[in-house]
Amino acid sequence: MNLEETPLPGIGVRRDVMLATGRRVGVVVKRDGGMELIISERQDPDACQAAIPLTNEEAAAIGGMLGAPQLVADLTAEHRDLPGVSTQQFVLSQDSPYADRTLGDTHLRTRTHASIVAISRSGQVHASPPPSFELAAGDVVIVVGTPDGLDKAAHLLNNG
Amino acid sequence: MDHTTLVLIELGAVFLGLGILGRVAARIGMSPVPLYLLGGLVFGHGGLVPLSGIEEFGDIASELGVVLLLLMLGLEYTAKELVTGLRRSWVAGLTDLVLNFVPGAALALILGWGTLGALVLGGVTYISSSGIVAKVLTDLGRLGNRETPVVLSILVLEDLVMAVYLPILTAALAGVSFLGGLRAVGVALLAVTAVLLLALRFGPQISRLIHSPDQENFLLKLIGAALLVAGVAAALQVSAAVGAFLLGIAISGSTAHSAAKVLAPLRDLFAAMFFVVFGINTDPSTIPPVFLLALALAALTSATKVATGAWAARRAGIGLPGRIRAGTALIARGEFSIVIAGLAVAGGGASPELAALATTYVMLLAVLGPVATRAAEPLARALASHLRHSPRPAGIG
Repeated sequence: MNLEETPLPGIGVRRDVMLATGRRVGVVVKRDGGMELIISERQDPDACQAAIPLTNEEAAAIGGMLGAPQLVADLTAEHRDLPGVSTQQFVLSQDSPYADRTLGDTHLRTRTHASIVAISRSGQVHASPPPSFELAAGDVVIVVGTPDGLDKAAHLLNNG
Repeated sequence: MDHTTLVLIELGAVFLGLGILGRVAARIGMSPVPLYLLGGLVFGHGGLVPLSGIEEFGDIASELGVVLLLLMLGLEYTAKELVTGLRRSWVAGLTDLVLNFVPGAALALILGWGTLGALVLGGVTYISSSGIVAKVLTDLGRLGNRETPVVLSILVLEDLVMAVYLPILTAALAGVSFLGGLRAVGVALLAVTAVLLLALRFGPQISRLIHSPDQENFLLKLIGAALLVAGVAAALQVSAAVGAFLLGIAISGSTAHSAAKVLAPLRDLFAAMFFVVFGINTDPSTIPPVFLLALALAALTSATKVATGAWAARRAGIGLPGRIRAGTALIARGEFSIVIAGLAVAGGGASPELAALATTYVMLLAVLGPVATRAAEPLARALASHLRHSPRPAGIG
């Protein structure tokens, strides 16, 4: 895979990746901080089928969603030798009672016996977050536990 | 009514009128420059409603407008972008210069306007409007396209050429000898090189000198520095505009970005006044005789810009549809063509016919350029699907 970075004088920079399917996907980061998600056209790879303006939060949320499965896959591979343990990711919804509250407030470990091993936010992974870590809507929460514990954790994070 | 009262009323009416015209332009997605010129024609000498009394303010304001336009142009690109552009795309830049300067210069010679007229009209037809082009590319969502960097690097080089061209023009207008002209070129080249080197090495320090967290301070320092540098440059016969432009290049990074933000409203105000004054000084009755000529020149130099863009895009490995998009994107001429014509008129180096021709030419291409850019989209798409379905491999053209 080839990540390409092309300066756009006076405007900013374009970063894109040529996918195995032959399409080009990337972002244009403008000098004023604005961002556009770009997807090339199928018939004409030079042109863009879509150029979607994103706010920083939106970009971060999309980045988290795209990055988290890789993290989960890595963790699952690490736990392969431990039967009964699995890894799963949850996106903290807008109306979760724990948005804007600390990790400690969830008492997740006590109530479900599952543990939060990482939180992905704004494309950045916070590994082993402390109980004081403040959750926010849109966070991708990565939890390790038994299948039963993971079900409980999902319920707890969404409904309290 | 005393003089000041009349001036206030007239200026008020002019700016209000420009505001309404600008709104109309924004509504239909076109550059306001041709409408400002049109406004100037209506209000000016021989126009429908001749205004008198605002010349004094108009002259100073349009001078400021030119300084601010060039300062903002300098702020647009960093020294690094200019140097990289020069290194990577100088061939495309040279092609652009030859293909688009020659038609204007040749026409001026044929019409008997002399070498000075050729220098002016060549400059007018050469320079694309980076303002219009960047806006149209953004509006059409083409920033992510592969041919866009090619278009932008041609604009970057036109910028650099301006830094050398304007001092030559100033010297020629001042009527200096060939040696004097060479001296002006030498000073300009030296100044550009020195500023680029300084900006590359001491950019952050220069920026820190100008920067201020307080907006008011910052604005005053910027304007003060710009006018001072512009004045000194004019005294050295390097052209005030180039001085401001070089200052713009020297300011870099986040300071440049916030400077552009602070200056934009002032630039809009004074540049609008500059376009109006240019229109005012052009007699509308001189336009009909040159209209067909302007149309022919516009058609010819649209073709040469398309050829330039298409050729440069091809060199960058862009497909045929992308080459058409790159070529048509460059057609628009605008603010800087009028700056060149304005300098020539102020320096007494342009006949009324030349001014009328330049006005008509810019009004045509500032409107038709973006239209052509838009029209290229479906054309390129049709071509892309045609090439895909045709049995022959796409490698022709």
